[in-house]
Amino acid sequence: MGCEGCTNQLTESLYKKLEQFIDELPEKEGALIAVLHKAQSIFGHLPAEVQQFVAQKLNVPVAQVYGVVSFYSFFTMTPKGKNPISVCLGTACYVRGSDKVLQAFKEELGIEIGETTKDGLFSLDALRCVGACGLAPVVMIGDKVYGKITSKEQVKSILNEYR
Amino acid sequence: MSKYTMHILVCGGTGCMSSHSIEIVENLKKYIAKTGMQDIVQVLRTGCFGFCEKGPIVKILPDNTFYVQVKPEDAEEIIKEHIVKGRKVARLLYTDPTTERHISDSKHMEFYKKQMRVALRNCGFIDPTNIEEYIARDGYAALAKVLTMSQEDVINEVKKSGLRGRGGGGFPTGLKWEFAYKNKSDQKYVVCNADEGDPGAFMDRSILEGDPNSVVEAMAICGYAIGAQKGLVYIRAEYPLAIKRLEAAIHSAREYGLLGENILGTSFSFDIEIRFGAGAFVCGEETALIHSMEGKRGEPTTKPPFPAASGYWGKPTNVNNVETFANIPVIFLKGADWFNKIGTEKSKGTKVFALAGKINNVGLIEVPMGITLREVIYDIGGGIKDGKKFKAVQTGGPSGGCLTEKDLNTPIDFDNLIAKGSMMGSGGMIVMDEDDCMPAVAKFYLEFTAEESCGKCTPCRVGTKRLLEILEKIVAGKGTEGDLVTLEELGNTIKDTALCGLGQTAPNPVLSTLKEFKAEYIAHVRDKKCPAGQCSALLSYMITDKCIGCTACARNCPVNAITGVVKKQHTIDQSKCIKCGACINKCKFDAIIKG
Amino acid sequence: MPKIMSLDELKNLRDKVKNQVDLREKGEKVEQMAVIRVAMATCGIAAGAREVMNFLAEEVAKRNLNNVVITQGGCMGYCYAEPTVEVKLPGQESIVYGHVTKERALEILEKHVLGGEMIEGIIPVGHKSLDE
Repeated sequence: MGCEGCTNQLTESLYKKLEQFIDELPEKEGALIAVLHKAQSIFGHLPAEVQQFVAQKLNVPVAQVYGVVSFYSFFTMTPKGKNPISVCLGTACYVRGSDKVLQAFKEELGIEIGETTKDGLFSLDALRCVGACGLAPVVMIGDKVYGKITSKEQVKSILNEYR
Repeated sequence: MSKYTMHILVCGGTGCMSSHSIEIVENLKKYIAKTGMQDIVQVLRTGCFGFCEKGPIVKILPDNTFYVQVKPEDAEEIIKEHIVKGRKVARLLYTDPTTERHISDSKHMEFYKKQMRVALRNCGFIDPTNIEEYIARDGYAALAKVLTMSQEDVINEVKKSGLRGRGGGGFPTGLKWEFAYKNKSDQKYVVCNADEGDPGAFMDRSILEGDPNSVVEAMAICGYAIGAQKGLVYIRAEYPLAIKRLEAAIHSAREYGLLGENILGTSFSFDIEIRFGAGAFVCGEETALIHSMEGKRGEPTTKPPFPAASGYWGKPTNVNNVETFANIPVIFLKGADWFNKIGTEKSKGTKVFALAGKINNVGLIEVPMGITLREVIYDIGGGIKDGKKFKAVQTGGPSGGCLTEKDLNTPIDFDNLIAKGSMMGSGGMIVMDEDDCMPAVAKFYLEFTAEESCGKCTPCRVGTKRLLEILEKIVAGKGTEGDLVTLEELGNTIKDTALCGLGQTAPNPVLSTLKEFKAEYIAHVRDKKCPAGQCSALLSYMITDKCIGCTACARNCPVNAITGVVKKQHTIDQSKCIKCGACINKCKFDAIIKG
Repeated sequence: MPKIMSLDELKNLRDKVKNQVDLREKGEKVEQMAVIRVAMATCGIAAGAREVMNFLAEEVAKRNLNNVVITQGGCMGYCYAEPTVEVKLPGQESIVYGHVTKERALEILEKHVLGGEMIEGIIPVGHKSLDE
């Protein structure tokens, strides 16, 4: 759910949804991370405006919100692609060649970790262990797990499923 | 409904295959056909039995007879005697080395079963979404028992069991509970650390996915013991299935009155809430975890005060890891004396390991403390993949170190691993073979810790970054021998001065590989060679006289570095070569070597 | 669901459900109950366990096999061989299969569960349980 192409009205309804969640919290103190999880699930990412909104609603400084957002790797301030790609860089995948798999994705998509392709179709990230070490090296696209990726050809054919 | 009444299972593991298990299968089939029993006796090849030292293994069902060191020529006797006449072939049975008795039924061959499931006792055996299946296997009976005991007795039982924290540090669990119990307060908390961040470890997730009720029950037991009414599970948001199953377990426990007000009709009340982590390795440290639960940046603080005195919102808090909790109900069902007979003198019970890397049987295993690395790697893990040579095993993840060939017979427990420069950690065990470059592995771990450093203390924030830069230099072929000295000095300084566990253990992967694989580091800095052939900057590709001049390499070279005439040996222009390895993959004649 | 209010009530419930589970596991109605348990942890699901489980459930429903129970379990630990499936026929030792695709699941159902014939791909279980 990106903000791309959405009307003000739609954005407003998203803010409403978040506001409702915050208002229904039994306790606002200590709820920042829970609120940010919710916000990211609503907006897809956490742009500055959303962080300001959260800060205002929880009555904490924006700096504190930003501090938390930038601290945790799960939170992102840039929108993800339609098909977020996560290459597992856990140790089990690493010793079975995941660094080469990551390189293949970078070359194939022309983007670096944390970036999104211009067409908005793919974004690339590294993640630390899916826990499917028996299938190493592992790549996740959305919720789907691809295992035992060993060649550039495999990377190409996986990407073609989404093109 | 069954047409087969007997099954003969022949081990098809790599070890047994090399000692002719295929011929055994063929011979068995041949003799069965001769007796005309092919419609009632089935012969099958299976996966590895994990008893390779006595292979090839042949097991007969339904009587569970377990034959060891079977040769192809033994097939006739097995069929004629055992299958036809029902007489076991005594000379092929396993002889217990201590009692010198033959053991025929594999159910009595405990020594062969290297694994023992305590924390994973229900994983894979029950439907995790059905609380009744957990209750059927004595679930919540430990909680019921505990509620009839005094708080001191509960704590003493845990102390007596010798259980130590499974999250990494190995601190005695009973003692931790006692501290939290002794600190008086109107409100206390039980926290379950399910923020499994070690890349390559997934035992906590497996327990929560396979047996969430055991954690719920154990947290309630802990709550009763220390006097807390509230439990919190801090879990990675990246574990959606584990979250779902845990939520379901908490919900059904409430429905059955096993959580909530007046549990089992007593005055004890306890409930559990879930808090989501957001991806920060440092949150495995308990003070950082607590700050994160409070909605703040997950930065650690100095101890004391320990969480047992001042934890979540300043109240006494007891933090244990998922696997630690999963052991608790068993301790009360079977007794501390049963539990403390398993394991070594100072490390009791079992440990779950995620065995991965260059090993045949990647898996989640649970073994008694004190088992040797050799048993884990060769008997349970089935040995190294593709017949390569064992080089090292990394335990303890980014906080641990490497163990080598000479450590294979060391019994695994908390103290032995620390003495060897590694640590138990949460239980990741990554096996590496001759193709893995140790400086590159150290760099891999430092990339992780440098990125995960929270930045609060200088030794960790700056130190890990500098360690990483030196390692990057070394694998790029720009290192000097002086760098090795700096690595060691800096590593030890960080170890001594960092604020929390993450920083204090971050140099371990460097220091331990530097100690065990000094020659490999020296090869990188002095000879500018990577003996494992991994560091592309230190490799050069050469075409040998095996080349027949097929031109496949030249056509596939992305930078046109390969020249030569058709049907003549080609050459590589080293100044143009970018060491991508495309040529080596295309060559059908093994004519290109790297080194 | 009425709340369990005492130790006795917990014991009663345990005995009641234990019998139900035993009925399936120990097979008191020998010819009636076979259990197929699919390991449904993240790693298994990543390797395709959900498809296998759905497929088996559909096949069992389609054939009206009311003597076959399809259920799920957590991780059995055999990551290298996911998806894994355990077959427990009444009165027999349970057998674990690795690398179970839909095709192999069909073979397991038809040959092993219905025909009593085991198929290739058995993983010998190498651990002690608490009861031993």
